[in-house]
Amino acid sequence: MLLELKDVRVHYGKIEALKGISIGVAEGEIVSLIGANGAGKSTTLKTISGLRPLSSGAVLFDGADIGAMPGHKRVLAGIGQAPEGRGIFPGMTVHENLLMGAYARKDDHSKELAEAYELFPRLAERRTQAAGTMSGGEQQMLAIGRALMAKPKVLLLDEPSMGLAPMLVQQIFSIIEEINRRGTTILLVEQNAQQALQLAHRAYVLETGRIVKSAPAAELLDDPQVRAAYLGGDLGVGDGAGATAADPVPGTAPDATSEDVAEGAASDEDGRRA
Amino acid sequence: MSDNVNTSKNESAGAWERARTGYGRAVGGLRDRWDTAAWWQRWIVYVLLIVGALFLPYEGLAPVMSPESNWQTILFYPIGVYVLLALGLNVVIGYAGMLDLGYVAFWAIGAYTMATMSTKYEWGFWELLPLGILMAAVSGVILGAPTLRLRGDYLAIVTLGFGEIVRKVAENSEWLGGTRGIDHIPHPPSREGVWFAGTEIFTYKIRDARPYYILLVGLIVLVIVFSKRLEFSRIGRAWSAIREDEDAAEIMGVPTFKFKLLSFAIGAAIGGSAGVVFASKASYVAPANFPFLLSATILAAVVLGGAGNIPGVIAGAFLVAWLPERFRVVTEYRDLAFGGILVLMMIVRPEGLIPSRQRKAEMEEGSGGLGSMGAEVAGPGTSAGAEVGSK
Repeated sequence: MLLELKDVRVHYGKIEALKGISIGVAEGEIVSLIGANGAGKSTTLKTISGLRPLSSGAVLFDGADIGAMPGHKRVLAGIGQAPEGRGIFPGMTVHENLLMGAYARKDDHSKELAEAYELFPRLAERRTQAAGTMSGGEQQMLAIGRALMAKPKVLLLDEPSMGLAPMLVQQIFSIIEEINRRGTTILLVEQNAQQALQLAHRAYVLETGRIVKSAPAAELLDDPQVRAAYLGGDLGVGDGAGATAADPVPGTAPDATSEDVAEGAASDEDGRRA
Repeated sequence: MSDNVNTSKNESAGAWERARTGYGRAVGGLRDRWDTAAWWQRWIVYVLLIVGALFLPYEGLAPVMSPESNWQTILFYPIGVYVLLALGLNVVIGYAGMLDLGYVAFWAIGAYTMATMSTKYEWGFWELLPLGILMAAVSGVILGAPTLRLRGDYLAIVTLGFGEIVRKVAENSEWLGGTRGIDHIPHPPSREGVWFAGTEIFTYKIRDARPYYILLVGLIVLVIVFSKRLEFSRIGRAWSAIREDEDAAEIMGVPTFKFKLLSFAIGAAIGGSAGVVFASKASYVAPANFPFLLSATILAAVVLGGAGNIPGVIAGAFLVAWLPERFRVVTEYRDLAFGGILVLMMIVRPEGLIPSRQRKAEMEEGSGGLGSMGAEVAGPGTSAGAEVGSK
């Protein structure tokens, strides 16, 4: 495994956002993490990139435990991220944004720069434009291109389809596929489960801080429970294991039924043993 | 009738709008010309500006600039000191985007370093200038190290507290003179007989403010050169990234905490230098010289002028220092007039009088760049529970 999370717990104050998550991403894979709002998807990515501290558990990358490594050093280790809400630098030009992506690198980055412009010809057209004045889709392209500038081994993508027109979503996803084909491992977080599962090799379903399912993406695509998980389950049904007063994030969708959770967790165990 | 009123209203609104966009375009045009100017054209402007600054204390300007108070005195304080302080605060607010409401504390630390060391241990001005700068920088690090994990308004509150703590310590410490303060602070050593524009520029006495003003101009020029070099360095790029999106900066490989601390220390050092010069001119410092209001005023100067852009910051500091003096003619209404002008300028030019292009783009995008909301920056190795302080 290139990247492995072992029983990771993360807290926001007293609230536990990740309740012991274990996932693995092998080299060359596209792995997707799907789930509803507040399930802990973005928190998982932030934990991997070092923006959130671990409460317990381990993050292994390339065989080394990077759980205590500061975020800015993880870039050089090989973790690149296009963050939630794109996170481009609005006052800088497109070109300056891309150069910021290579900030940590001391070596020559002209090859990656050319590649970013080749993958996203739109960025080349807007080279000297302030990034904040671009459309959402262009900003997303910039965020991905910028992350590639660091020449990451694994690219973390946080909801690249958010707020984009369907046409653009298609385009972005096919570029993600192309990036993977060129050798970058990808961990993709998505609410758009349909799209993500079509692209990914494997996927995990996340619900209120727990992995409830893990399987090859094609299998999950036809799974009725996945739809339930993506939508957050049926309203007002049962008192799921996670649906206590300590809901991790306000606005979390109601939890899935307890059977779902139990079954999901079991299949997760199986998945890891296999 | 009503039609008439409406059209005249529209016309005046139109004229107003035209004036506004006209000013904006003029500033933009000047900046474009500056960006494409040859190096020697720029140097001519630099030299003219410095010479102009040196001739500012000219007596003939006094009736226009300041009919009520001594022009040369107010040119040193508040104008010169405010400009230097605003340039220092600009490193913190304009470059790194952190809201510091206790900046006056660093000025006070510089001033008190000068006051105590010169009166108690008889150190001279030229030894104490670097020491005051160092003391302020160190206190910047001491304040910054535990607090810079906070962001936006939370950081502002902590820095506000720091400013008050420094003042209260000075008030309650016998060694620092208590509320009475410290007097008989020596002036810098004089060097007689060097004349420039009718002034002995290296002869430091209590009455003549001009030599101190020239000293201040020297410091300001140094600080401008230093700031400019920082702005276009790797450090400056890191600050821009932190200001625009701190999390994104961190995952680009910018050691955000280290760079925030650095900007705090540099800002503090510049404030400290202003303190040393101020104390040696006034020859007397007391806690009452360093109220919170002054931190707020310097902040207003930076924001009003255009945070992150040196000509803007200088213009802002000049106006904020000079307008209340100019308004002395309207006696008790001067604060009202000054406040009215500040409000008006922020309505008309929210991005500042002369904003930097980058800051303007940030404003238009909506992030504003004064630090995002949000309580804490959790780094690995800090416990999340401790930062939020949930009880």
